[in-house]
Amino acid sequence: MFIKAIEYIGKKVKGPIEEIGLLLVLFYSTLKLLITPPLEMKNILKQMLDIGVNSLPVVLITAIFTGMVLALQSYTGFKRFGAEGLVGSVVALSMTRELGPVLTALIVTGRAGAAMAAELGTMRVTEQIDALETLATNPIKYLVVPRFFSGLIMLPCLTVIADIVGIIGGYFVTVIMLNANVTTYMRMTWDYLEMQDIYNGLIKACFFGAALSLIGCYKGFYATGGAEGVGKATTGAVVISFMVILISDYFLSAWLFE
Amino acid sequence: MIELIDIHKSFGTNYVLRGVNLKINKGESIVVIGGSGSGKSVLLKHIIGLLKPDKGTVMIESFDLLKLRGNELKDIRKKFGMLFQAAALFDSMNVWENVGFGLRQHTHLSDIEIKEMAIQKLRMVGLIDVEDLMPSELSGGMRKRVGLARAIAMKPEILLYDEPTTGLDPIMADAINNLIVEMREKLHVTSIAITHDMKSAYKIADRIAMLYNGVIVGSGSPDEIKNTSDPVIKQFIKGSALGPIKLIG
Repeated sequence: MFIKAIEYIGKKVKGPIEEIGLLLVLFYSTLKLLITPPLEMKNILKQMLDIGVNSLPVVLITAIFTGMVLALQSYTGFKRFGAEGLVGSVVALSMTRELGPVLTALIVTGRAGAAMAAELGTMRVTEQIDALETLATNPIKYLVVPRFFSGLIMLPCLTVIADIVGIIGGYFVTVIMLNANVTTYMRMTWDYLEMQDIYNGLIKACFFGAALSLIGCYKGFYATGGAEGVGKATTGAVVISFMVILISDYFLSAWLFE
Repeated sequence: MIELIDIHKSFGTNYVLRGVNLKINKGESIVVIGGSGSGKSVLLKHIIGLLKPDKGTVMIESFDLLKLRGNELKDIRKKFGMLFQAAALFDSMNVWENVGFGLRQHTHLSDIEIKEMAIQKLRMVGLIDVEDLMPSELSGGMRKRVGLARAIAMKPEILLYDEPTTGLDPIMADAINNLIVEMREKLHVTSIAITHDMKSAYKIADRIAMLYNGVIVGSGSPDEIKNTSDPVIKQFIKGSALGPIKLIG
């Protein structure tokens, strides 16, 4: 009975431990190949375009409406105790420290992270990754490094834009729609917002970008089992990335903003 | 020369290769036959290092493939060209980019030169005016030909064919067989093919080896194989359901 229980636990634990091991090996190989020239510049630019530029419309829409709803809710809530003047700082701090990096990461995961898993997964099950190897091309260098590097670089860029657009959205609702005082709003925005808030938000964005691209690539790169396997890899990439982003967000916040 | 020495490979509880020994001489055209799921593709992938054996050695000329890393492995792989079962063309690239992929990766040729060379290789496999098409616009036979053009683009010394005629109509299958023979005669390459299509095997092979139960159970020239007394090989080449080979599932 005792041995059976141990066997059962062993079987349940083995899979996740193997997955973490493979992910770490992929991470190590990716970092090693990232600093080994030559870089696949054409591929990197293509991925930057895909992850960054092509994600821009959806990031802009999400950020502006997030800033707007944040301002609306803060304004109506704060008005109850006469603190509506603080809306500017609430929007600015929330966007730069938290919502900008997290929402951008979640959106990019849904768009680009899922696409990475699906594309690499399809390449795996149709032997295109094997074909790369037979053509003396390292598939990690050719496929994973450009995606990882682009995620790492483009997430902070998108986050900066999301921060600005979110703050503009908040301004629009508070000042233009709710007729709050412009000077108070602007003063409260700039007086309480420090560069440290923006930097720390961008550090989070770098981490999220690296994590979501690595997880997307990992799930696709090791996909098995045909179309069903690719579907599972894509779903897995999105679910795991969401969890990693939200869980690590707490720990990063506790570390960066303590 | 390529030599597989006591190759063992299992996937979980599925023990696929149980001590394969096989020598392939330079310039030879060998076909490994065997039933579906017998481990032929696994064997082929060991030859080019796509899979690593649990036990055993793969010698390519004087190099132990399993001990090679980085640039050494890359240099050995440049000696190979491989045609995959479903061609494995890169979806995101058009035909000439697929054919010229190796050239783009490993030479300093311009795109114009690579395209010219790709067109030349496509002509060698009987394809004209397809260079700008995407893989999704090609038929099964055309895909195989493009895959073959890609495999020969880097002037390999060894060509590997994974089920080259599977999924093709008999005429197209024969055309692919002719191409394989032609490639060998023109390029003087060592050819290693795996198939369960006996017509194809007889046509392209100097030597046929049969993989059964994870080991090579016999090998010989096409004539020797046709006249074998080995019951396993006999049953397989006759395509009979009755005999020592038991159907699984």
